[in-house]
Amino acid sequence: MLNQRKYTFSIILLFLAVILTGLFNISLGSVNIPISEVISSLLGLEVEKDTWKYIIVNYRLPKAITAIITGSGLAVSGLLMQTLFRNPLAGPYVLGLSSGASLGVAIVFMGASVFGASFAVILLSKWSLVIASSLGSLLVLFAVILASIRLRDTMAILIIGLMFASLTAAIVSVLAYFSPASQLQQYVFWSYGSLGDLSWDEVGILSLFWIVGILISIGSIKNLNSLLLGEQYARSLGTNIKKNRFAIIIATSLLAGSITAFAGPIAFVGLAVPHLIRQIIPSANHITLVPAVIFGGAILMLLCDIIAQIPGSEYSLPINAITSLIGAPVVIWLLVRKRKFNF
Amino acid sequence: MTASNSNSVLKTESLKIGYRKKNKVNLIAKDINIDINPGELVAVIGVNGAGKSTLLKTLSGILQSIDGEVFISNNKLSKTDPSDLAKNISMVLTEQLLSKNLSVIELVALGRQPYTNWIGRLTKNDLKKIMHAIQLVNIEDIKNKKCHELSDGQFQKVLIARALAQDTPLIILDEPTTHLDLYHKAYVLKLLQKLSKETNKAILFASHEINLALQLCDKLIILKDKKALFGNPQELVKTRAFNDLFPGNLIHFDQESSSFKIK
Repeated sequence: MLNQRKYTFSIILLFLAVILTGLFNISLGSVNIPISEVISSLLGLEVEKDTWKYIIVNYRLPKAITAIITGSGLAVSGLLMQTLFRNPLAGPYVLGLSSGASLGVAIVFMGASVFGASFAVILLSKWSLVIASSLGSLLVLFAVILASIRLRDTMAILIIGLMFASLTAAIVSVLAYFSPASQLQQYVFWSYGSLGDLSWDEVGILSLFWIVGILISIGSIKNLNSLLLGEQYARSLGTNIKKNRFAIIIATSLLAGSITAFAGPIAFVGLAVPHLIRQIIPSANHITLVPAVIFGGAILMLLCDIIAQIPGSEYSLPINAITSLIGAPVVIWLLVRKRKFNF
Repeated sequence: MTASNSNSVLKTESLKIGYRKKNKVNLIAKDINIDINPGELVAVIGVNGAGKSTLLKTLSGILQSIDGEVFISNNKLSKTDPSDLAKNISMVLTEQLLSKNLSVIELVALGRQPYTNWIGRLTKNDLKKIMHAIQLVNIEDIKNKKCHELSDGQFQKVLIARALAQDTPLIILDEPTTHLDLYHKAYVLKLLQKLSKETNKAILFASHEINLALQLCDKLIILKDKKALFGNPQELVKTRAFNDLFPGNLIHFDQESSSFKIK
């Protein structure tokens, strides 16, 4: 659309910032590796110490890629949800997807005490976690899709998503109530979120979901713009509302579902990044917003991960706490400073 | 005029409109026979609840008819797919926009969506049509403003420009004059009249401004007693179609001045 050229520059800057924060992310940690060595290692050149190369290839790089996928995927889902539901408070969680995933994981961790010990033996492996949380989100997803086929009103889907969220939360708390402290703790640790536990295979699977989700999002840009006018206008412009809504829900589910499965229920990013970007780039046009939000989400997640590692120390903080600790003040500061809410 | 039938923009044959609820039909109006030609300005009038919005929704394909047929440029509406329909009918609705954070020119540009490629890229021709629409409604001075900065009257003009940019033979507007003061009501309707003549597009709108519509429109559709009367204002005045439009005797139609007066 028009006037988009002036934002092209901002988007290029955001992209460069992704690369820069990515390099810093890989360079900083319990062992600090010089940026120049990080670059040589990534380019396949000689590195001063073999341990550095080992750390980069096996730990830092998959973690950075996971951060980029997690941040950008959740942020795009947030943007799609906010436009689809015409609601600035919407995020990936409103469809109940994260709650569905949490329920799956809660059953794995805490089901043992409720369903018996043999149950736990079958289920307690790393992959079972991923499968359980994927199944959880899928279950909620199907319920939401069924509802969206039956219902004409988008707002009703929003309410149903929120109902599923509280329903699953309730089941989780019942499970928690009957679980011994050790199992409860495992669940709580999962719910803190984690970017660093993924092997290259897992990163590969996650990227696959991410690519499909992002491609559907990019393909929906035109229809998302027509939704800015409201559903009736969109229809009068030839948009197939049901098909379009279906595509958006599928994209969100693929992104949010797979990310929650591998990295835990990471809050805040999906809701906040679209608002952060709108404050920086005051456009409503999705041809600008979608790439900006993808890069913005990646930057935020990479930065949060750097802070969570507490560079130079042995300790690391839960990523889920850091995203909100950093993100919330930034959103508040931007809103108060500009005194205007762009939506 | 034997050829008048072939260039009709919108035509209905014994159309019945209403709502279906399971097996029950809630009939709003029947025997609707209208025929609108290029360049005509047509108003739909009737009391609240007479079915003005229902009629417009049925004519634009949002709502299914109960019976009868609607023809858009001589094609059956029920057999036209949404993307073709978008090239035949553009709309100005009362629906709230999701985002008023769009600039005027961006909003007008959205009218080109039925013609753009998968990602919505605008060609030179699209830009030309957008600029032309902006000139036609005379909003060049505010084209870079954001929509939330506009007054109601300005915003209505922007919505009309968006419909013009969609470049359809028929534009349908649902109550384009609500929330406007008397001057802007007259201004918007006069603008619609000018546009219908300059662009040769048919413009159909629902309105409560009967006095203004009588002065400006080529034809009127009066909805009353579940029926539709269609004709040019003079004919309708002669047949005393307006005399019992409103209930009671609070207001009456003055034949001589062709306007409503308070008793």
